[in-house]
Amino acid sequence: MTPSRPFVLCHPWSVLSALLLIIALFSAGLNQLYFRGDYRIFFGPDNPQLQAFEQMQQEFNKSDNVLIGIAPKDRNVFQADVLQLVQDFTNAAWQTPYSIRIDSISNFQHTEAEDDDLRVQDLVNAERTLDDAELARIRDIALNEPIIRDRLIAADGAVTAINITVQLPEPTGQAQVDEIWSAVMALTDQFAAQYPDVEFYHTGIIAMNYAFASEAEADVKRLVPMMLLVIALMLAWLFRSFYASLVTIIILIVTVVTTLGIAGWLGIFMSTATVNVPTILMTLAVADSVHLLAGMQFAMSEGKSKQQAIQYSLERNWLPVVITSVTTAIGFLTLNFSEVPILRDLGNLTAIGVVLACIFSLTLLPLLMNALPFHEPDHVESGLNAMDKLALFVIRWQRPIMFGFITFTIVCSGLLTLNKVNDEPNEYFSTSTSFRQSNDFLEENLSGFTLMDFEVKGDGEGAVYQPEMLLAVAQFSDWLVEQPEVMHVNTFTDILKKLNRNMHQDDPAYYRLPHSTEEAAQYILLYEMSLPFGLDLNNQLNIDKSATRLSATLYNLGSKELIALEERALAYFAEQWPEYQLSAASAALMFAHIGERNMASMLKTLPAALVLISLLLLFTLRSWRLGLISLLTNLVPAIIGFGLWGLLVGEVNLALSVVAGMSLGIIVDDTVHFLTKYRYARKEGQDNEQAVRFAFHSVGRALWITTLVLVSGFAVLMLSSFRLNFDMGLLTSGIIMVALIIDLLFLPAVLLQVGKFGRAKHAK
Amino acid sequence: MLNNLTSRSLLFVAMLCAPWAPVAAQDEAQAKGLQIAKEQKMRDRGWGDSESELQMTLRNAQGRESVRRMRALALEVQGDGDKSLTIFDEPMDVRGSAFLTHAHPTAEDEQWLYLPSVKRTRRIASRNKSGPFMASEFAYEDMTSFELEKFSFRYLRDEACAEQLQCFVVEQTPTDSFSGYSKILVWVDTEHYRVQRAEYYDRKDSLLKTLTTYDYQLYLDKFWRPHRLVMENQQTGKSTELLLESMRFQTGRTAADFDVSALERAR
Repeated sequence: MTPSRPFVLCHPWSVLSALLLIIALFSAGLNQLYFRGDYRIFFGPDNPQLQAFEQMQQEFNKSDNVLIGIAPKDRNVFQADVLQLVQDFTNAAWQTPYSIRIDSISNFQHTEAEDDDLRVQDLVNAERTLDDAELARIRDIALNEPIIRDRLIAADGAVTAINITVQLPEPTGQAQVDEIWSAVMALTDQFAAQYPDVEFYHTGIIAMNYAFASEAEADVKRLVPMMLLVIALMLAWLFRSFYASLVTIIILIVTVVTTLGIAGWLGIFMSTATVNVPTILMTLAVADSVHLLAGMQFAMSEGKSKQQAIQYSLERNWLPVVITSVTTAIGFLTLNFSEVPILRDLGNLTAIGVVLACIFSLTLLPLLMNALPFHEPDHVESGLNAMDKLALFVIRWQRPIMFGFITFTIVCSGLLTLNKVNDEPNEYFSTSTSFRQSNDFLEENLSGFTLMDFEVKGDGEGAVYQPEMLLAVAQFSDWLVEQPEVMHVNTFTDILKKLNRNMHQDDPAYYRLPHSTEEAAQYILLYEMSLPFGLDLNNQLNIDKSATRLSATLYNLGSKELIALEERALAYFAEQWPEYQLSAASAALMFAHIGERNMASMLKTLPAALVLISLLLLFTLRSWRLGLISLLTNLVPAIIGFGLWGLLVGEVNLALSVVAGMSLGIIVDDTVHFLTKYRYARKEGQDNEQAVRFAFHSVGRALWITTLVLVSGFAVLMLSSFRLNFDMGLLTSGIIMVALIIDLLFLPAVLLQVGKFGRAKHAK
Repeated sequence: MLNNLTSRSLLFVAMLCAPWAPVAAQDEAQAKGLQIAKEQKMRDRGWGDSESELQMTLRNAQGRESVRRMRALALEVQGDGDKSLTIFDEPMDVRGSAFLTHAHPTAEDEQWLYLPSVKRTRRIASRNKSGPFMASEFAYEDMTSFELEKFSFRYLRDEACAEQLQCFVVEQTPTDSFSGYSKILVWVDTEHYRVQRAEYYDRKDSLLKTLTTYDYQLYLDKFWRPHRLVMENQQTGKSTELLLESMRFQTGRTAADFDVSALERAR
C-alpha cells in the first residue's frame, strides 16, 4: 500500500546515507545564521509609515538614538559633582561609534545678550567653577528653558539625560547596533564606578534594537533547552519507553537543525519572530512521531512482531501524517500575507520544517525504530480504557454536548468584538527586561520614549522664515503641548523667540517671533554661525529652509491613542493652516499602524486558508458531509479562543493577528486523525456508534498525547520576555486545548447526531 | 577626582617616556611636515588684497539643492592673520548681511556679523568655529586663513594625486581644543604646494568629510586659486560645492574697509 515502506526498510543503508547527506548539506548553513533586532525587520519596504519615516529622515538628519538617563539617588542634578559627570559623559559620548550629535544640559547652547553681542555657549561651561551661585544660575536657566525642560531635564531637576544621535551606514546590520551599545555600556560602567550614587538608564531606538536582538537570543538559550526537556519528560511518561523518547528527540533535533541550516542558506536571520521557529517546530514535529510510535506500540500490544508493527504503523499513518503536515504547512504559509517581514519568515521556516519533519518521520524514524530495541509497553491498556469510557460518555450525552457547544460558540463569537488591536513597542518587553525598566522609569521621571515627528512644509525656498508660517508652527506647537498625550515639543520657533529676546538686550517683552522674514533668516544666520560642531539646526530645518521638523515627546501610548493623536493633529492643522502641508512620522507610529495593517491582511487570507485546507480534507475524507463537519470543528476553537481572549484580555497585538491562521493548520490534524479512523470503520461496515468508538479507541490516546505536547510546547513560549511571544504562546496553546476538547466531545457528538439524521432521512 | 588625577599624571608620564625609541623618526616627520606647511604659507605671501564672487551649492543625500551667493573681500596682513569680509547676496532673506573676520595666528579670531534687517552688528564668539557655515558642509574653521600656529604637522608620505601630480600627504592636528576635528590629512602637490585634497576626521577619529579642489588658476604669475571646491560629508551623504565665479587682485582695498565700523557700509 505504501510505496515508502518497502523501500525504507529494504534499503536502509542507502536511505540512511541519503538522509545524512541532506542533513549535513543543509545544516552547514547554520554558520550563516545571525541575529537582527533593528526595528526595520517589522516593516516591509513598501510600508507607507516606513516610507514616510525614511523620507523625513532624509529631509532632516536621522533620529536613531541612545538616550542615557542620569538619576542621582538624592534626586538633585544641580550639584557640582553631578554636573561634572554630565559634562564629562557628554564629552566622552562624542567617541560613540557613528554618533553625529550629542545633546545634554551641559552642552546645551545657551544664548544671551552681552552688551551688544550675542553670546552662544555651553550651559555648563568648563571655564566657570561650579560654586553655589553658578549652580543656581544653571538650574534657573535649565528649568525655564522650553527646549530642554521635560526632554533633557526633569521639571523638578531630579533626572537628566544625554541623547546620542547616530547615523548608521546603510545597509544597517546588527553589528553596528552592538558596536554602539557596547561603547555606551562601557562608558556607563566607567562613570557608574566613579559615581556610585548615580543611576543610569538606557533607552532610545538603538537600545530598542539591541533589546529586540538580545532578548531574542536569550529566548533561544532559555526556551529551546527547556522545550527539549519538557518534551523528553512527557514522552518518557506517556510512552513509558526510553527509546521511543530518544527516537522522537532525535527526529526533533534533526528537523530543527536542518531547518535553521536552510534559513542560514536562504539568508533568513533570527529575530523576535523567527526565534520561535525551533520551539514551534519541535512541538509540531512531535505529533508525527507520536502517531507513528503509538501505532507501533498498539500493534505490538496486539502481539505483532517489531517489523510487522512498524509496517502496520506506516501503512495506517503515512497518509494522515502527510495530510496533517501539509495542512499545518498551509496554515503557516498564510503568514506570507502578513505585513511584517519577520512573520513571513516565521511562516516559511516553520512550513519548511514541518515538511522536513514529515519526511524524517516517515524515513528516519522507522529506520531508528527498527535498529533500536523496543519492547511492548506495560500500561498502554489503561489509556485505551479511559478513551473507551469517554466514547461511551459522548454517546450517552450527545445532544446536550452538541447543543451546549453550539450555545457556547455563539456566546464566544459575540465576545470576539471585545478584541481591540493595540501595539505598543514598549510593552512588547516584559517588566523583567532592563529596556522596559528604563523606559518606565524615564517616563515617570523625565520623558517618554515615544516620539512623533511632524514636518511642516511651506511654499518654496526660505518659507520657514515667513512670519505667517512661523506663527503657524508656533501655534501648532502650542496646541500640541496642550494635548494630554504630549510631554514636550521641540520646535525651532522657541529658538527664534529666544534669539529675538537676545537681540533686544534680553528684554522679556521681546520673547516673541520676529516680525519679518529677513529678521528671522538673519537671526538664524547669526545663531548658526555661533554653534559648535554637531549642534547645528540641520535636524530641524531642511536644506532649502522650506520645511521644519517638530519633535513631540509623548507618554508611552498604545497604538489606538497614538493613531488618534496623529489623526487629530493632521485634521486640526489642515483646518487651521490649509496653506501648509503637515506630515507625521516616527518609529512609534510605524508600530502603531502595523498591528492593524497586519490584522487586516491576515483576516483577508484566513478564508483562503480555510478553503484550501477544507479542499484537502474533502480530498482525503472523500465525503462532503465529513468535510463540512471538519470545517465547523476547525473554526470553533479559534472562535472560542479569541472570544475568551476578548473577555479576559481584550487587546490583540501584532503577534496575535497571526495566531488564527497558524493554529488552524495545527488543530486540523486532530480532526484528520479522528475522521480518517471514523471513515475507515464506516467503510468496514460498522455503524455510526461503533465507528465513533473505534475512532476513540485507536487514536484517542495519540490525540491527547500530541495535544499535551503541543499545549506545553506553546506554553513554553510564555516564558519569553517578549509580550509578543508570551501572548502568542498563551493563545495558541489555549486554542489547541479547546480543539482537543472539541475533537473528543463536540466532533463525535455531531457525527452521532448528523449520522442519525442522515439515516432517518434515508429510512423515510 | 583622585582617580582622575592619578590616571592623568600616569598618562603624562607615559607620554613623556613612550616616544623615546622612535623619537628620531617622529621628529623627522614633524620637521618635514612643518617645512612643507611653511613652504605652502611662504608661496602664498604677498597677494595683498582680493575680491571674489562665490556661489555655494548645498546638496543633500537625495540630490536636492539650495544655492547661496556671496562676495568675499580679503586683505593680507603682514605679521598677523588675514582679514576678510563676506557679503551675502542670496538667499534674498539674508541679502546684505556681512561677515567680518580678523584672523589671528595665536589668539582667537574675531568675528562680527552685520544684520541689515535690524541694522545691528553682533560679535560672534569664535570659540564655536566648528559649526557649519551657512548650513553647508564647510565649517568656519575650514575657511579661515591658514596659520602655522593653529596646527602641529606631521609628514606621512608621498603619493600620486589629482591629475598626474605628486603630493605630500601631511597630517595636521589642530592645536585648538575647540576644533571639531581630531586631525586633517592634506594632500599638497609637490610642484606648487597647492591643496589638492583633504580628509577631515571627527573627534572619534572617523572620516567625516573630504575636500577636493579643482580648476586651479594662476593669478599675478604667482598665486594659485582653486575655482571649484567640493566638500562631501562621508557620514550623511550631503555635500557642498563652492564655485569661484570671478576673482580679482590688487583692488586697492585697505584696512579701513575691514573695520567693524565699515560693516554697515558694505553692500
